[in-house]
Amino acid sequence: MTQEYTLQMKDISKVFFNNKVLNSVNLNVKSGEIHALLGENGAGKSTLMNILFGMPVIHSTGGFEGEVIIDGKRVDIKSPKESLDLGIGMVHQEFMLIPGFSITENIKLNRETTKNNLLSRVFSSKLKTLDTKSMNRDARECLDTLGMDVNEKSKIAGLPIGHMQFVEIAREIDKRNIKLLVFDEPTAVLAESEADNLLNAMKTLADTGIAILFITHRLDEVMQVADNITILRDGEVVSLKQKEQTSVSELAELMVGRRIEGIMNSNKDEKSFDDKEIILKIRNLRVSMRGEQVKGINLDVRKGEILGIGGLAGQGKIGIANGIMGLYPTQGEIYLEDKKLELNNPKESIKNGIGFVSEDRKGIGLLLDSSIELNIAMTAMQMQNKFIIKLLPFTQMNKGKIRKHALKMIKDLDIRCRGPHQMTKRLSGGNQQKVCIARALTLNPDILLVSEPTRGIDVGAKKLVLDLLVKLNNQLGMTIVMTSSELGELRSVCSRIAIISEGKLEGILMPTDSDVDFGLMMSGEYHKINRGEAL
Amino acid sequence: MAETIRKITNSIGLPRIIITLFFILTCVMAVLLELPIDMLTHQVLVRIGMNGVFVLAMVPAILSGTGPNFGLSLGIICGLIGGLMSIELNLYDGWGFAAAIVIAIPIAVIVGWVYAQLLNRVKGSEMMIATYTGFSIVFLMSIGWLIMPFKSPEMVWPIGKGLRVTISLGERFADILNELWEFPIGKVKIPTGLLLFFFVCCILVWLFLRSKTGLALKASGANPKFSLACGINVDKNRITGTILSTVLGAVGIIVYAQSYGFFQLYQAPLMMAFPAVAAVLIGGASAQKAKISNVILGVFLFQGLLTVSLPVASSIIKEGNISESLRMIVQNGIILYALTKVNGGE
Repeated sequence: MTQEYTLQMKDISKVFFNNKVLNSVNLNVKSGEIHALLGENGAGKSTLMNILFGMPVIHSTGGFEGEVIIDGKRVDIKSPKESLDLGIGMVHQEFMLIPGFSITENIKLNRETTKNNLLSRVFSSKLKTLDTKSMNRDARECLDTLGMDVNEKSKIAGLPIGHMQFVEIAREIDKRNIKLLVFDEPTAVLAESEADNLLNAMKTLADTGIAILFITHRLDEVMQVADNITILRDGEVVSLKQKEQTSVSELAELMVGRRIEGIMNSNKDEKSFDDKEIILKIRNLRVSMRGEQVKGINLDVRKGEILGIGGLAGQGKIGIANGIMGLYPTQGEIYLEDKKLELNNPKESIKNGIGFVSEDRKGIGLLLDSSIELNIAMTAMQMQNKFIIKLLPFTQMNKGKIRKHALKMIKDLDIRCRGPHQMTKRLSGGNQQKVCIARALTLNPDILLVSEPTRGIDVGAKKLVLDLLVKLNNQLGMTIVMTSSELGELRSVCSRIAIISEGKLEGILMPTDSDVDFGLMMSGEYHKINRGEAL
Repeated sequence: MAETIRKITNSIGLPRIIITLFFILTCVMAVLLELPIDMLTHQVLVRIGMNGVFVLAMVPAILSGTGPNFGLSLGIICGLIGGLMSIELNLYDGWGFAAAIVIAIPIAVIVGWVYAQLLNRVKGSEMMIATYTGFSIVFLMSIGWLIMPFKSPEMVWPIGKGLRVTISLGERFADILNELWEFPIGKVKIPTGLLLFFFVCCILVWLFLRSKTGLALKASGANPKFSLACGINVDKNRITGTILSTVLGAVGIIVYAQSYGFFQLYQAPLMMAFPAVAAVLIGGASAQKAKISNVILGVFLFQGLLTVSLPVASSIIKEGNISESLRMIVQNGIILYALTKVNGGE
């Protein structure tokens, strides 16, 4: 019975620094099967793959529990090299190809076929000549299997992205012993027609008897090609489905699940902000932020609300706040209470009353080697001339005022520290986040943009930070735009949630809307389905 | 016990402990060899004052994020031009010294601005670019010194064209700071004016670093992305830092020359940046962080070690030039050691 499975992963558990990221995960893939692995960011997909490939990160953090079985034999994979020898191949999301080499050379790199010549006979086998003809023939064969009619001698540089992806796959299938091929979100970078080609190629490959593990969050693709579907959520297998027995909406619901961390904003549901004035109007916003492209978003923020911006990683939600602040090249129009905001100028954004708490706390949010008080005061000092003693033409910082303000903030926001002079790099993540928020608050902003406020901080601190945001909103009436990857968090705090998919606004939901809607919107299926119904 | 020792070692830093121990060792040897301690002490104090401003010039450059100013020669050349102009104007004593500084500063501001434009275009490799900018400008000015239209017979060659290699300040403003309010403690003469000038410069820079501009400059260097998000113009602050460093280099050479007694032209400024960089690094600075205390400690350790080790070396090895070679080995050894610490101040 076990013999028919190419890959079995049994009861896999993995703990990272007391944080259980995988809990008794089982995964079985038969030969010739396309098995989809679904899950949100942070559901444990990557960790599972790291275990399969024996990545050093797994072993340097204490290994894992459970067993990996390949072709019925228990294996102990300690390095990526060993997994290759066992016949497991990976098609990466980012291509690992050498642009200056031809397709054949890339496919055959380090596995070249060679033939003897005079020198190699006399000296060593390292001097053998490349057998270009047979290499080209092999490459041609692989490309044909994939239905790709590009010349195998052309260089990688200049090929369309879709073709590069195929070369990656060709390289994997050229390894004769390949049994299992892992596709890690292969269609993320492809256009729709290219993606279709890829899916067809996957089917062809599966027909030749190779087992395929397909990691993605595009649900329609799963429904197109997969035979079986395993859904991970929070490090656990929530469901194993056969394609025939499920639907896109069911998958969406299973993927997202309901994880409300207690309703924190008690009056958010009672209040309606529909009649409130629009404080921030975004029209056709385009932000070129690497990995988080925003491709034309229209969004209105009403005064006094907490607007959530959600979506999967890499879809562009992070880019919005960064674009409004002018930190990345931005196009489009932004209006603040009907006043047009100058783009690409952080100074203007701050002067017009926008406060920003960056998602990159250590990179952008803090001066790590400076004291808490200086961090809190810096922006206000530079932008609003607060905390400055003027002795024209000279200036000096007003240490007394800075200290007083810092002490007040430390008390108000409950920053746990040894005092206002402590360096911010010695603080814990949650307290660092509070320092960032304190810095933004010192500017007395009308709108507070908060990106990923709970990333990388522990559960207790998470709640404190979220409570703080709610308090600011309720007591000071501050308008807050909160960007977060954690849907549960958005649903517990926000009055409306905008979901971003592929750089565009997919839709705006109420926190009380169903899991199905959230799941569909996050995977970008919502409109496709609704359009389908309309037709 | 071991824990406390480790704590102390960490807070002072291993490099400083090693250099300090080495310094103490040479001092002990100087006493054992019965060298004139009072003379040596005087020399150490003078050399601290002479070189202090150069070391101080590193602080604004490091803090603004351009790294230690290896292109200090640019500032030095501006200072030299200021000094030569002062002689050309036939000024003496305090006026001569003041005029040299006043003329040098605007030149240094302009040169610093141009140099900063270059540094802003090569972010990430400033140190290497700065080193070679310094070298290039020294050789360019070797031609410059030949063709500049100075007329004063004190400065030009008696026959032929161009400025002399060394120009004596003997009757102009040599030792003007050294002898200002000089007083003896025992047999040791304290160069009050010189040290005072250095400390005043330190205080001015310290005050600047607490001003609005100074804080913005520090933020730009410490975290450019943070500064951008705060609306701070990072490039502008890097320009400010570079200009300030160049100006301090210009002032530094005038202070140095009045104590040395000569202006040295042509190849002399070539390597002057390195001892200054080494001193600030030994003082505990890194390529990203520097404090005034690093400057004072660094210049004391570096110049102290250099001053004492030379007579110690020459009394141990008496053959001719070997002591000079030893001095070069010690000096460059310290510089080399300091440069290995450039990325880790802690």
